[in-house]
Amino acid sequence: MRFGGLKVPYICIVMTESVIERLKILAGAAKYDVSCSSSGTVRRNNGKGVGNTVGGIGVCHSFADDGRCISLLKIMLTNYCIYDCAYCVNRRSNDVPRATLSVSEIVSVTMEFYRRNYIEGLFLSSGVVRNPDYTMERMVRVARDLREVHRFNGYIHLKSIPGASRELVNMAGRYADRMSVNVEIPNEASLKYLAPEKDHKSVFEPMAYIKQGVLENKEDRRRLRHVPRFVPAGQSTQMIVGASPDSDKDILALSSALYSTPTMRRVYYSGYVAVNLYDNRLPALKQPPLVREHRLYQADWLMRFYGFKSGEIADDDNPNLDLEIDPKLGWALRHPELFPIDVNKAEYELILRVPGIGVKSAALIVNARKYRHLTSEHLKKIGVVMKRARYFITCNELASACVADLSPEYVKRQLLSAVKAPASSDARQLQFDF
Amino acid sequence: MTVFRFDGSFDGLLTGVFLAYSAKKRPECVVAPGGEMPLFSSDVVDVVTDVSKSERVWNALLRKVSRGAASAMAISFLCEDNAFYTSLFRFICRVFDSAENVESDFSDADLLAILENSRRVKGEAHRVVQFMRFQKAADDTYFGIMEPRYDVMHMAVEHFRDRFSDGKFIIYDRRRDYGYYYDGRRLERMRLSSDRSHMTTGILPDDMADADEQLFQKLWRTYFKYTAIPERINPRKQRQDMPVRFWKYLTEKNGL
Ligand code: SF4
Repeated sequence: MRFGGLKVPYICIVMTESVIERLKILAGAAKYDVSCSSSGTVRRNNGKGVGNTVGGIGVCHSFADDGRCISLLKIMLTNYCIYDCAYCVNRRSNDVPRATLSVSEIVSVTMEFYRRNYIEGLFLSSGVVRNPDYTMERMVRVARDLREVHRFNGYIHLKSIPGASRELVNMAGRYADRMSVNVEIPNEASLKYLAPEKDHKSVFEPMAYIKQGVLENKEDRRRLRHVPRFVPAGQSTQMIVGASPDSDKDILALSSALYSTPTMRRVYYSGYVAVNLYDNRLPALKQPPLVREHRLYQADWLMRFYGFKSGEIADDDNPNLDLEIDPKLGWALRHPELFPIDVNKAEYELILRVPGIGVKSAALIVNARKYRHLTSEHLKKIGVVMKRARYFITCNELASACVADLSPEYVKRQLLSAVKAPASSDARQLQFDF
Repeated sequence: MTVFRFDGSFDGLLTGVFLAYSAKKRPECVVAPGGEMPLFSSDVVDVVTDVSKSERVWNALLRKVSRGAASAMAISFLCEDNAFYTSLFRFICRVFDSAENVESDFSDADLLAILENSRRVKGEAHRVVQFMRFQKAADDTYFGIMEPRYDVMHMAVEHFRDRFSDGKFIIYDRRRDYGYYYDGRRLERMRLSSDRSHMTTGILPDDMADADEQLFQKLWRTYFKYTAIPERINPRKQRQDMPVRFWKYLTEKNGL
């Protein structure tokens, strides 16, 4: 391989059919980790090396048979594990096929996939072998080889091993775009019950290392511009939904606390797939709770883009989200006294709260109303979902019945009879008709 | 009814705008080759494309609206929708007729059509970035071929040049039969002779492909299959986000 005229020794490994077999096992083993996003970093190719990272939205290169976005090569270094987490297929007490890929094999597959435009980069996780640091060290080697030997500028997401040392987390952060430490179970007692080797310290400590790393790095870069960036796309985490008795209120409260950490970019929710049916600490779900997962993603979206507080979405009276309707409509129906909202006068933040009006339409409305009085015809063209919004707005034409005059229960029934149940439940491709 | 007939190019359309002002004549309808002529076209004007005029209109446009709005108009033009050209033409005239900037008057149906079409065209360019699949040829050139709905290769090629700047690649639009070749330094527009088999199937024949190409394709197909969660199979969503019209050239889907 040539890079800018320099002959770089390509670690020549013979890729064989055995790699295919192991890839099968290790891709299968990594598949439940939901975060696939490759967003958050812009790194242009500087003319040396291969690859760039597209900012803002990540690029999905394919969609698997379960409809989920494939953006990164999501794989485990090994699925051998010394731990025994109840919710995990790879726990040591399970009798499943095990495999390991070498550092150079992962590096080579990543490079070859990337060059063929199959992927945006690598998402690497691992079972714990020997001890957390031993495992973490091998993951860091993959990232370092990609960056330093192959001049790889694509996306790297490393899942930090619970309990890994600060030194290794810091090293990993120098090569990774994003790092994640999964919370998995929101309540510490439940976590200890299901994953005896883990506790909140093993999760929140590495999170804090990453945060400190990012903040110190910002400081350093202010003084010295050429200090390389540390985890520029921040960190993410995941919670498993439905494996423990935690309510949506607990989950959202924790999400909201996590988002208040300056480096936390995404919280993912993963409907529990009953992989270890024999373990009676876990509910025997026939189906993963997909609708609940979908509602949590919508709630998360409301907190990040619509200015909702977690307590507005779920509280002690309503600790769990209504599975029949989206949480924004749910909130509006609990607050009929605030409606109707006058789209020609109300503030942007209020318009954003109307079911049927999304971020994009809200912005179009506040711009367009400078030119003329908006009618429902205009709103329709702008993209407002009128069959929802009509119960919550007024534009001073034919007054249609508002939720404040009708009962919230009536409005809910009206809307439900018109809407089909949501079929999609992926984080990135939610249909937001609100 | 006045009708402007133009050659189907963006320069042609802008020349038409020039004419509307210089000849003080407003068409009710602008028609590109292949477009339908209105039934009662009493006054048909043939617009002769003139780049010096279209450039003047473009520069004037840039003085009236933001660069983003102007580029949305240019991009929306690529949607190859004959009925839309009249909307675009009318809105450009409205820009010049108005004293204030009208680019954020989102109650104007023409403007909304422009935004919608530019979104569609950009979406197609993004799909080229998403779904282009390269095969490595024996001479280290990475070869990728697609049939995008709109003419967007020129919008996607910069992305590939930035990403793969240390190697050689070809991206090819088979529907319009042209593409770009990058040799590691320069980028050029090119056309392949259509008698090669990989031009129709999109698959490099074995004697042209790199020795490891088959292995990596197999690895990718394996990965694609095993990364899906069987409990959550959702073909409807898969087709929605990755329309079937792209599958022909997708390594993981072209069913080998
Ligand atoms: S440490 Fe990770 S891989 Fe090991 S059993 Fe727990 S969740 Fe599974």
